Amino acid sequence: MEIPYTVEARPDTGLNNVKLGIWLFLASEVMLFGGLFSAYVLLRMGAVDWPLGSEFLNIPIGTVNTAILIGSSVTMVMAYASLKLGDFAKYKGYMAATVLLPVLFLCIKGYEYYEKVQHDHLPSHSTFLAIYWTMTALHGLHIIGGIAVNGYFWGPGSKMWHTKPAMFENRIEAAGLYWHFVDLVWIFLFPVLYLL
Amino acid sequence: MRPLPDESLLLRQGRDIGWSVSGKVKKGVTTLDNVTTAEGIAHAEHGHDEHELSFLQSYVFSLDHKVIGIQYAITALLFLLFGFTLMMLMRWNLAFPGRPIPVIGNFLGMANAPGGIMLPEFYNQLGAMHGTIMVFLGVVPLAVGGFGNYVLPLQIGAPDMAFPRLNMASYWSFFLGGVIMVASFFVPGGAANSGWTSYAPLSVLALEGQTWWLIGMIFLITSSLLGSVNFIVTTLQLRAPGLSFMRLPFFVWAQLVTSFLLLLAFPPLEAAGVLQLMDRVADTSFFMPSGLVTGDGPLEISGGGSPLLWQHLFWFLAHPEVYVLILPALGIVGEVVANNTRKPLWGYRVLVASVIFLGFMSFIVWAHHMFLTGMGTTISTFFQTTTMIISIPSVVILSAMFLSLYGGSIRYTVPMLFALAFLPMFGIGGLTGLPLGLTAPDIHLHDTYYVIGHFHYVVAPGTIFALFAGIYYWFPKATGRLMNDLLGRIHFWGSIVAINCVFMPMFITGLAGMNRRLYDGGMQYAHVQGVMEWNAFMSYGAWTLGFFQIFFIFNFFWSIRHGKKVGDNPWNATTLEWQAPSPPPHGNFTTPPEVHRGPYEYSVPGASSDFSMQGQAPEAESAKV
Repeated sequence: MEIPYTVEARPDTGLNNVKLGIWLFLASEVMLFGGLFSAYVLLRMGAVDWPLGSEFLNIPIGTVNTAILIGSSVTMVMAYASLKLGDFAKYKGYMAATVLLPVLFLCIKGYEYYEKVQHDHLPSHSTFLAIYWTMTALHGLHIIGGIAVNGYFWGPGSKMWHTKPAMFENRIEAAGLYWHFVDLVWIFLFPVLYLL
Repeated sequence: MRPLPDESLLLRQGRDIGWSVSGKVKKGVTTLDNVTTAEGIAHAEHGHDEHELSFLQSYVFSLDHKVIGIQYAITALLFLLFGFTLMMLMRWNLAFPGRPIPVIGNFLGMANAPGGIMLPEFYNQLGAMHGTIMVFLGVVPLAVGGFGNYVLPLQIGAPDMAFPRLNMASYWSFFLGGVIMVASFFVPGGAANSGWTSYAPLSVLALEGQTWWLIGMIFLITSSLLGSVNFIVTTLQLRAPGLSFMRLPFFVWAQLVTSFLLLLAFPPLEAAGVLQLMDRVADTSFFMPSGLVTGDGPLEISGGGSPLLWQHLFWFLAHPEVYVLILPALGIVGEVVANNTRKPLWGYRVLVASVIFLGFMSFIVWAHHMFLTGMGTTISTFFQTTTMIISIPSVVILSAMFLSLYGGSIRYTVPMLFALAFLPMFGIGGLTGLPLGLTAPDIHLHDTYYVIGHFHYVVAPGTIFALFAGIYYWFPKATGRLMNDLLGRIHFWGSIVAINCVFMPMFITGLAGMNRRLYDGGMQYAHVQGVMEWNAFMSYGAWTLGFFQIFFIFNFFWSIRHGKKVGDNPWNATTLEWQAPSPPPHGNFTTPPEVHRGPYEYSVPGASSDFSMQGQAPEAESAKV
């Protein structure tokens, strides 16, 4: 038994299973974060007063983190492009960067959290901080998931390149789509929480 | 002549490596050589998919959609029984408030029922868990996880689901969620007791069981996410050659729309669950308004939250969830009706359009559950309008099913009896929903037994009857044997009478103003004294209903081994699943199916038999060969 269209695209839909699956998963993720952003809007609309993000959060640090994540999205694209060009060594290099940059992001995020705890700015302090902690932590979990997946494809998972290159390319494309989504969530989170 | 020897070899090998419900792997008559060849081929083709599997691999951690479907179905049936048992306990207290429960009362524990008399707190736990278990652990897993997994890949001619491992992960995530839910009965303070809707701030202040409920829900949501991605990809990608969208059986359409609802509606509840979890464990105030005072004095929280926010996020899931409950049932009824009237479903294209429209609309009606929350008349008017609009496709579907009966030569098989009962029962459930969807009558009717009667008519004699129809209908496919006909008829007639005795009086007590969620059945209220005697009547109905399920349970297990053996297509049906052997081997079809016609070509004028299977080549061509 062989499941069809795991690698090659089905002619009438123009997609392979993996690509369709990851897009559906991302649709569901959009609804997850959509629900949280709607909660943010509703809570803020109903609030008596709402602090400016800058009163609690450090904008320069947030900007640096935004740049780091966008950078990792770029290296992800480069990794995929290198595979498409058949340059496995370059792929390894770019993928390593894609794994390390979000680790740096998490370290900086950890420092931010540490600072909050030091000032007793815990989730129970106010609704603004509650939503800040919840949304960034949930995003952080997605980052950790992405690091795990990309780390696997950089390390043990990359053996597949030598046996089933087409399938491996598809996997990297799917991992890339997920990774861009995680970055995109941050690109919404940063202005909403830090700047508005 | 040419392909015959190969085919029969394939068939035998398929059977060797397949499975059967009777609990043993059939070795058949093939020699050891053949078995190793089958394994060898399997190895060569796709190394990860070994076929000679250990017991654990073939029955517990199986990747085969049929095994997973049966795992889902049996687990869900057990949960349905469990949830029903909780209700039978509650019905005792409603019928005879303050009296000790005979026999069972002694085993409920001092914390729940001292001296066998149920405490209100325990009643609340049972109520909340009845709803949760029936919806999230019973009906949906049976309708989508069970029937979807087993039947959908067969009906589209696929060898398996698109992502077998995700499929297995989906089942085990569901299973874990179920274990967490049941285990929560044993934590201090017992299970969640804030209703299946878990309205804040009540649920935020509730005891530990609520935290378990939230964690259990997160597992269930993960399960449905994995499942729905899998169903959509499978349906779109793995259709057999020639199976265009307008040739899909109605059941497949219903499952496809259902999967989209699960995919897109569940995540907001996950978001809400995370927020409520934060409220409970990190003392945030997402759903907690300022100035909240309880029996222990003012709460020390930051405040500023919105209890309405929970309701919005919850019903944004839970209304589409209603259609998740009903659409697969409509799909099953469509299959059974077409098969047993021996004519095509009336208005197939209209049915498909209605199901898709229903799916879209179900995302914009959620706040009709919230008319009396003070969200404002403008919003209420909007949701009242959309609610009236969504009733149109529902009526279209039901009418099409009724019209399908007209002029058919109906076979009153057991599945058909259940499907026929579904139609008026779902009709009653749907029509009694209209007054609830209009803001003015809802003022009187909300939170009464009328609401309970309404949605139970949709889900219990509606969906669950359709699911029974599905079990009787597809049982021969899964086991190669029919379920006993006489026991099936006793089960049907007993259930249809008893279930109406349970739910019909609810409209009476509800219209009289009897409130739901009262643990003593409304004893303290003067205005419902005139209808109080119905409480005992309904309870006797519920226990009778329980009694008649024994016939089903016995029939189910007895027929696995002793049912009448039948061929691959005992109902003379047209859709692809009946082209596969019963039970289908791993990989499903002995020859890759190809589709030549629509799903319901019954009694085609000029055809040689009264059904033309989808995989059957056009007669002119087959005559040439």
